[in-house]
Amino acid sequence: MARATSLLYLDGVSVSFDGFKALNELSLTIAPGEMRAIIGPNGAGKTTMMDVITGKTRPDSGEVFFDGTIDLTGEDEASIAELGIGRKFQKPTVFESHTVWDNLELALKAPRGPFATLFHVITGGEKKRIEYLLELIRLGGKRSELAANLSHGQKQWLEIGMLLAQDPKLLLVDEPAAGMTDAETAETAELLKDIANDHSVVVVEHDMVFVRSLGVKVTVLHEGSVLAEGSLDHVSANDRVVEVYLGR
Amino acid sequence: MMTSFLFRALDARAGIFLAIMAAAIILVPAANLLAPEGSAFHVPNYAVTLMGKYLTYALLALAVDLVWGYCGILSLGHAAFFALGGYAMGMYLMRQIGTRGVYGDPNLPDFMVFLNWQELPWYWYGFDMFWFAALMVLLVPGFLAFVFGWFAFRSRVTGVYLSIITQALTYALLLAFFRNDMGFGGNNGLTDFKDILGFDIQADTTRAGLFAASGVALVLCFIICRALTRSKLGKVLVAVRDAESRTRFLGYRVEHYKLFVWTLSAMMAGIAGALYVPQVGIINPGEFAPANSIEVVIWVAVGGRGTLVGAVLGAVLVNFAKTWFTGALPDIWLFALGGLFVFVTLFLPKGIVGTVSQGWTALRQRKVSAAYEAGSDVPPGAPPQSPGATANVSATKPNPTPSASAGAEPQPAE
Repeated sequence: MARATSLLYLDGVSVSFDGFKALNELSLTIAPGEMRAIIGPNGAGKTTMMDVITGKTRPDSGEVFFDGTIDLTGEDEASIAELGIGRKFQKPTVFESHTVWDNLELALKAPRGPFATLFHVITGGEKKRIEYLLELIRLGGKRSELAANLSHGQKQWLEIGMLLAQDPKLLLVDEPAAGMTDAETAETAELLKDIANDHSVVVVEHDMVFVRSLGVKVTVLHEGSVLAEGSLDHVSANDRVVEVYLGR
Repeated sequence: MMTSFLFRALDARAGIFLAIMAAAIILVPAANLLAPEGSAFHVPNYAVTLMGKYLTYALLALAVDLVWGYCGILSLGHAAFFALGGYAMGMYLMRQIGTRGVYGDPNLPDFMVFLNWQELPWYWYGFDMFWFAALMVLLVPGFLAFVFGWFAFRSRVTGVYLSIITQALTYALLLAFFRNDMGFGGNNGLTDFKDILGFDIQADTTRAGLFAASGVALVLCFIICRALTRSKLGKVLVAVRDAESRTRFLGYRVEHYKLFVWTLSAMMAGIAGALYVPQVGIINPGEFAPANSIEVVIWVAVGGRGTLVGAVLGAVLVNFAKTWFTGALPDIWLFALGGLFVFVTLFLPKGIVGTVSQGWTALRQRKVSAAYEAGSDVPPGAPPQSPGATANVSATKPNPTPSASAGAEPQPAE
């Protein structure tokens, strides 16, 4: 796909840490509105790829473009978040000493400068939006509780809610189902499918059942580059993928 | 906009604190000046000055609490900003001496005459005017903090590394101010002050006035800190403290927030130093000593960090204990201070105010739960505070947990 029509465009991206090639000529394109699952064995470069997209790590070489025209390699985390890329970490990271409500309020799309927040007064529209998100992530009854007191799965959802509050164009979701019960995993898959209706989503996940329930195009990473791409059935049939996953 | 900003600063706890401060600001000078000597209500002069000194320490502790308690920046160099504010005020007081110095030079302070200096260094210009000195009290610490913070926060220096650099900062200033050719009186610093704004600095009324001024400065800075920490900016600060990179990925420029609150805090420390110097009558490089900054951190830890009121309480209590101990048992003071810090760390990790308010919340919850079991309709609210929580979070949430069926109706957030 051409760069101009893509939402996210990675071409020939390489990153190495002390000689270890975490990403090796990685090329990947996400279309606007697409949902993509990324799988791969440990050390395949999934998290490093997220770091590169969100500005945490600078690539040694290669191009990273957002929305066809915006070069992400020159931006830092805050400005990339402002551009409309939200990220959920592998380990759920919420503000533990804030309430669920405050967590969402902080994430809500609004001016981010110190003086803007200093004089910020919450508006009716913002309250409605938080209410809506609380319903969506099923934490309406926990709004006044400290995030520290939530269960692991609830923290995962809160973080997804915070991601949505940012109103990003692209969501990067790292292992959303990690540590969840089967029922929670199924609900999370439903939630992500809902979200994918009006957002582009990239999901990194180990859980094959989960990936299957998403029913989207899958990219397999191995040793920092793309090994196979296509439907889950298609990539599962690939000999190289089987070899990488099962060992040779 | 401004009114809602200030309105946020006030709640029950702030109200109690402000009422106590107002009483102190009025009653202590009144009891000193109006009550006749020998009366039971008379407050002796030395006590007024001593308490005035405590108030300036309390303001310094407040400044440290703002950066440490809310933003997680453990500054071990805040006494540097305090001392710089003190030096700015000291320079003004030196210029006020005029021909009354030992050498009677109308322009040069005594130590410059002693060092055979012929003319006033350029950086002493303007300090004969109070407004200029007052401005410098804010700008010098503020500027230093801004430059320091700009580099440190932009390079993402955090945690113990930042604390170590702040120690280095204050130590470097200590060494610099010890040098005679710096032009700040070297080892002896600035002293022998005569008057301030035309009032005799030794007079009872001036001392009472300085006490009141310290109290008012403390109150104003408290209100500013309180409004700040209860605004959305305050929530961002706590977010930075607890999960810095998450805050960054939400789109907040963490370094800007740190720089803002760091610079503001340094200016408050400068004000505290400026009020401290006329009350103790001397400023010398000893104020830059790294140990001083560490002591301030202990005050805040004892009182309860992230509570503001706790910082004030801790500063006053520890310094009162210090005054008493150094008088009664001078040899063991340092052991007592060290022991206090160990005790607080082990048994009161949230400090006095933090522990009390946690106990209070738990008690209230127990009551609600008991009432609920007895058949009341009010379900028990939020569970007890997590260890990571600031102590005043629970008090700001009057919103009783509504059931999940509240729907999309807008709810009051606060």
